[in-house]
Amino acid sequence: MHESGDVKIPIGPQHPALKEPESFLISLRGEKITASSVRLGYNHRGIEKACEERTYTQGLYLIERICGICSHSHSTCFVQAVEEIAGLEVPARAKYIRTLIAELERMHSHLLWLGVAGHEIGFDTLLMYTWRDREVVMDLLAALTGNRVNYGINTIGGVRRDISSKQKEEILRAMDILEDRTKYYIDLAKGEATLIKRLQGVGILSHEDAKKLDAVGPTARASGIERDVRKDDPYAAYAELDFKVVSVNNCDVYGRTLVRLGELMESFNLARQVVRKIPEGPILAKPPRKIPAGEVVSRYEAPRGEDLHYVRSNGTEKPDRVKVRAPTLANIQSVSKMLEDRYLADMPIVIAAIDPCFSCTDRLVALRDAESEKKNTVAWETVRLKGIEWHKNRGTDFTSLNKKLTRLFQHA
Amino acid sequence: MNEEKIRQELEDKFSYLKDAVNIKRKGRIFAHVPLGEFNTVFAYAVEKMGFLALSAITGLDRGDGVFEVIYHLNKEGRVLLNLSVMLNKGNPEVNTVTSYCPSADIYERELMDLLGIKVNGLAPGHRYPLTDDWPQGEYPLRKDWKGIIPNKK
Repeated sequence: MHESGDVKIPIGPQHPALKEPESFLISLRGEKITASSVRLGYNHRGIEKACEERTYTQGLYLIERICGICSHSHSTCFVQAVEEIAGLEVPARAKYIRTLIAELERMHSHLLWLGVAGHEIGFDTLLMYTWRDREVVMDLLAALTGNRVNYGINTIGGVRRDISSKQKEEILRAMDILEDRTKYYIDLAKGEATLIKRLQGVGILSHEDAKKLDAVGPTARASGIERDVRKDDPYAAYAELDFKVVSVNNCDVYGRTLVRLGELMESFNLARQVVRKIPEGPILAKPPRKIPAGEVVSRYEAPRGEDLHYVRSNGTEKPDRVKVRAPTLANIQSVSKMLEDRYLADMPIVIAAIDPCFSCTDRLVALRDAESEKKNTVAWETVRLKGIEWHKNRGTDFTSLNKKLTRLFQHA
Repeated sequence: MNEEKIRQELEDKFSYLKDAVNIKRKGRIFAHVPLGEFNTVFAYAVEKMGFLALSAITGLDRGDGVFEVIYHLNKEGRVLLNLSVMLNKGNPEVNTVTSYCPSADIYERELMDLLGIKVNGLAPGHRYPLTDDWPQGEYPLRKDWKGIIPNKK
């Protein structure tokens, strides 16, 4: 609870410490955080509503664009739901390819996170190193799918691109490079005193709190909850692959770092197993144009945790309801707990440690002119004026500055 | 506890759930619960059956004057119990489940914003996900909602 005697600091929606728009209100007593609350919704794009007005295939492309980092997670979760309703048997080879892309996505996401974490604690060399290495995965994804992000590999009934034996070799080569480098990061995380001191005991989320607040993914696994959809409710080819769920009992940001590093090593192994075990055969089963009526809950272990899609169909070519619960929405509720009684300076790394993705979390509403049915009718100027008005209401008046600027431009 | 046992336990405990519990596949149980009995069944599932985690809450407009709210509960990450309840569109109201699952807060705010469902007992807080100046009475996920006219001042 925010108390009246405390100093309140708004952080966001636009703030240098945040990578995406979200707004935190922090109450401080001295340097210590006494209470915090979060306001989400700045990235709300109305994708769920838009899906109801589009066919399943069109919806798939929209779903893929929920997030730029874990686009494959959302698209796989969605197609799995549609395929289950339609009773489609997806060919084994397609399942393996989905698994491969999923693990490559996890690799680039975790490497990206490691860089961001380094940046947030002032260790920018780590950012430079990990983001350089991440390019190895990005190049691989581009070679396999044609895109660095939004791979477009999934389609209802299977995948759109096959992998060749030459590509298999490239994958194995890339895994060796990445494994080598990740081992170095693991040594670093276990031996570098400044990194350990900065991360240990920061952003504590106890095992009990993680359970109570329903944390998911690496955030939960770093608090000793051994939960992973790939193991608990296997999808794609995971039931046939050998891997272990990485979990630690540190319950802090350091633990979250160790979990992600451990998961990177597991992902390299998974990718190698896919290359070794992938069966021959078709990559696509032809889907029906109309999906029968039904409802399905589909789950997927995204890099940030469990992604959950609920799809209800009504027998037509368009879904009746598509609900997306991205992992960040489940984890963001733990952030207030992690910040409790901590220093303000810990806030950026604590927030970064759940690897938040607000594009996933929020998903819009396009303004539509009801008379002309034209979309996107809000002009840039309108948005600008609205912004000025909003700031004026909150006590910041740009009028005099505007006049000065106008005079300056006229003079020029 | 496998799915069949869960179904049996629910049906034995609550006579009105006879034939209302449906096992769709391994790890997926769906059950329609009468509105008046919902809190009892929900509390029993959480406290006595070990469905301690809430994965999400889905609200939907069935299009026939009825809203449906589905609570996706899970047990140790393995079995999902989807409890659904029907609400009258004219007066859609549910009670908050935050006392059992604190994480329900954000999903219940979503029900309020996108469908206009009243959640009784929910603590005051920021709205989610719509903007603070979103016009009153506009609920985007209702089937009859076709967009709003931007203010042309």
